[in-house]
Amino acid sequence: MAKKRKMLLVKGNEAIAMGAIEAGCRFYFGYPITPQNDIPEYLSAHLPAVGGTFIQAESEIASINMLLGAGATGARAMTSSSSPGISLKQEGLSYMAGSEIPGVVVNMSRSGPGLGGIHPSQGDYFQATRGGGHGDYRTLVLAPDSIQECYELTMSAFDLADKYRNPVVVLGDAILGNMKESLDPKSYRPKKIKKDWALTGAEGRSPRFLKSLYLSDGELTKHNWKLYKKYQSMNKEVRWQDLALEGAKLVLVAFGSMARVLKSTVAMARQEGLKVGLIRPITLYPFPTDIIRRTSEKTRHFLTMELNTGQMVEDVRLAVKPGTKVDFYGVPPGYIPSPDELLQEIKKVYSGKK
Amino acid sequence: MQQVFKRPEALHDVPFHFCAGCHHGIIHRLVGEAIDAYGLREKTIGVASVGCSVFMYDYFNVDVVEAPHGRASAAAVGVKRSRPDNFVFTYQGDGDLAAIGTAEIIHSANRGERITVIFVNNTVFGMTGGQMAPTTMLGQTTTTTPFGRDAQRNGFPIRMAELLAQLDGTAFSARVAVNKIKNLKQAKKALRLAFEAQLSGRGLGFVEFLSSCPTNWKMTPEQANTRVEMEMIPYFPLGVFKELVGSPGEASEE
Repeated sequence: MAKKRKMLLVKGNEAIAMGAIEAGCRFYFGYPITPQNDIPEYLSAHLPAVGGTFIQAESEIASINMLLGAGATGARAMTSSSSPGISLKQEGLSYMAGSEIPGVVVNMSRSGPGLGGIHPSQGDYFQATRGGGHGDYRTLVLAPDSIQECYELTMSAFDLADKYRNPVVVLGDAILGNMKESLDPKSYRPKKIKKDWALTGAEGRSPRFLKSLYLSDGELTKHNWKLYKKYQSMNKEVRWQDLALEGAKLVLVAFGSMARVLKSTVAMARQEGLKVGLIRPITLYPFPTDIIRRTSEKTRHFLTMELNTGQMVEDVRLAVKPGTKVDFYGVPPGYIPSPDELLQEIKKVYSGKK
Repeated sequence: MQQVFKRPEALHDVPFHFCAGCHHGIIHRLVGEAIDAYGLREKTIGVASVGCSVFMYDYFNVDVVEAPHGRASAAAVGVKRSRPDNFVFTYQGDGDLAAIGTAEIIHSANRGERITVIFVNNTVFGMTGGQMAPTTMLGQTTTTTPFGRDAQRNGFPIRMAELLAQLDGTAFSARVAVNKIKNLKQAKKALRLAFEAQLSGRGLGFVEFLSSCPTNWKMTPEQANTRVEMEMIPYFPLGVFKELVGSPGEASEE
């Protein structure tokens, strides 16, 4: 009989670090920033034990470039930061996408803009889902809403990064990073992914080079279309969770910690007889356009709720069948809304009093 | 007839496109010869930077990854830590290494990263048309110092080889020139030692090559060579500023 795995009680940050090691990540380059310091701290203690390398780099910029270098050799590598540090990494992400170099970038969002604060927020949605840096590129974006998902989605991130030769963003927030919850530390099932593009030294073969500069006439156009087709093909990786859509008169759309609070809220609403459902995108890119579109054929009223002043709501508006009413309720960073507060808002919208 | 000279195997058999009188061609050849001398071609991974140096992958017959402007030293760390048995070098200009890339080169040196850094100092931003660089000399006219570099307004030219020699993690730091045969011979020796710093695991090996840029200096190749000798070398002295021998942890230092 298989030995039962021991459940652990860990922070989201720790779960991400554990998931990375479990998925074969052996290189981490990072810089301290609240609220994700458990990630470098955990890895500084645990990576060497599995023969991995931990570097506390001189900046978030240096970290993303070390990631680019390690990724170029085909290694599984990761960096993590929070909002302002992720802004610093954008150029590196653009280069990695342009050169088709894989890597995992974890953003435990805090509040902005600027120095902002250390409160959780969802203000980096645009940055994460629109590439974030310059040029026409995208990264896959995975948004956990639990410690278990922090662990499992981090493992998936490495597979997806290698599969598509692209950086993948894991988008968490300050609450997820620091709250503790039970974790079932599932074993990772390794995927066989050939890396015949990786730099290992040109022994017995012609040299390889990884670059994003294309100056000859028409070359860059061709390259950009190639990348575009790749991002289109990522649509098959779309993931979401839905709750109580059957017969819903109002469908909520939310991700991450906000969706987590809303799961309780939806239960409360349904108990009071309100026909409210929830769609929780798990991949923010690719965005679950299809389920939203299909649901909007029957449910003609959506309410997007986010910890920001309105970002994902634009994607919801693009996804629904034309004529669908899409309302928005935002809680910019500074506090976490309670299920009660959200329920009041839902009632207002539901009854049309808004 | 005996063949006494040929293109190093570490360089592709293609003509350089660099401007007439540019020293990149010479420096590329010296680096290629050093790679061949140690039999490293098949183990080498180069990190290209941004500037006229970016075309490294067209010339060096080795695996190459392109790094963002200024970040080659950091990218090289990622490469070397992942593949410690490969030989890893960066090739960076004065804008790339001494302006935007200062943090990365200082910290890579400080950590004693086992990489070799080729630094080409021609006192201007070449690729972008001749703007001021951190190494532009006082009084030098550039497109962004049209009245000549002034210490009060624009600060002082920076001496990277000496600066990096201060750091404990730097195993080798030297400044050389290739404007005449005598200097070129010293450059070859310095390059070998910079390679040894990595191969022996001692730490970071750094060679600053004083270089000409006739196009942006608005000079002929001969005038540019003379400028290196008469103006640059007096301010940027040639020599070895740090040379650690033996394995790390040993007390010996030269």
